[in-house]
Amino acid sequence: MHELSIASSVIETVIKEVEKLKLKPVLKVCLRIGSLTDIVPDSLIFGFDSLKPDTILSKAELVIETITIKGYCPDCDIKFEIDNYIFVCPQCESLLIENKEGNELDIAYIEVED
Amino acid sequence: MPEKISIEKKVLSENDRLAGELREQFRKHKVFVINLVSSPGSGKTSLLEKTLGKLKDDLKIALVAGDVQTENDANRLISAGGKFVRPIVTGGACHLDAKMISKSIKEFDLNEIDLFVIENVGNLVCPSSYDLGEDMKVVLISTTEGDDKPLKYPGMFRRSSVMVVNKIDLLGLSDFELSKVKENAAQINGALIVFETSCRNGDGLDNWVNWLKEKVADKKG
Repeated sequence: MHELSIASSVIETVIKEVEKLKLKPVLKVCLRIGSLTDIVPDSLIFGFDSLKPDTILSKAELVIETITIKGYCPDCDIKFEIDNYIFVCPQCESLLIENKEGNELDIAYIEVED
Repeated sequence: MPEKISIEKKVLSENDRLAGELREQFRKHKVFVINLVSSPGSGKTSLLEKTLGKLKDDLKIALVAGDVQTENDANRLISAGGKFVRPIVTGGACHLDAKMISKSIKEFDLNEIDLFVIENVGNLVCPSSYDLGEDMKVVLISTTEGDDKPLKYPGMFRRSSVMVVNKIDLLGLSDFELSKVKENAAQINGALIVFETSCRNGDGLDNWVNWLKEKVADKKG
């Protein structure tokens, strides 16, 4: 039931923002989700659709942009794409890699009725 | 035409806010905090029972034990000598969150605590998303699981600082290879500190508790 609890947080956070800005019904919510978060997009959309009725998001579509995982090798000063979750420098094979992208769980933007 | 509004907010911003407050409280009171995670059955509670046995006269330790149902783990820790133990029964949530920890620590006097251990719900997926204000995540894996576990749960192994390989007394009874699990873990997170323990025969426990004592002392400054 993990995605359900994330969906609930999405709805709560959007409702807070909408109330603050006194906005109209929401038509779309766009999330940015990193691949390292282990969140399954389809399950999240399912959870979102189950919880949105009777809220200002009842007409909203949840859209997810997936962010791939990027690592950084401080020895080589290079940023690179991480394949299969293996954090090894492609140049020097160092295992001491910093994680630059892939952990995002953000609400990027929403679209509201005109 | 629908109107696009930029939000740029973390989904778990409320959890992160509370976790930030917790982190600041722990920093102010110089309490070293670990968030202990694993699959169900790896030995979190056993490791903590043994840890309490070795450290209860040296350090003041507070513990919270999270489970979907029952207070069994908290009761075991009290029987092992834990003086400041609280259960957190989630009733369905597969992870602990910062709100639950904030509520629990109200029952402790942080001035009196050296080490705070959060025994998370047995789950290698969901707890990795929820910051609890800890100094470090400690991921526990046992020799009765697959040695490819780190590759299967990269999020958790990446976010942890320590890996404890438990039940080493059972090495050889399955295909689990110690060198393989270390190699696999290193590919996900080359900075992981590794301990090997057996709660049944005591192997490796001294290394683990000595490291804890060191971290507690470092936090005190």
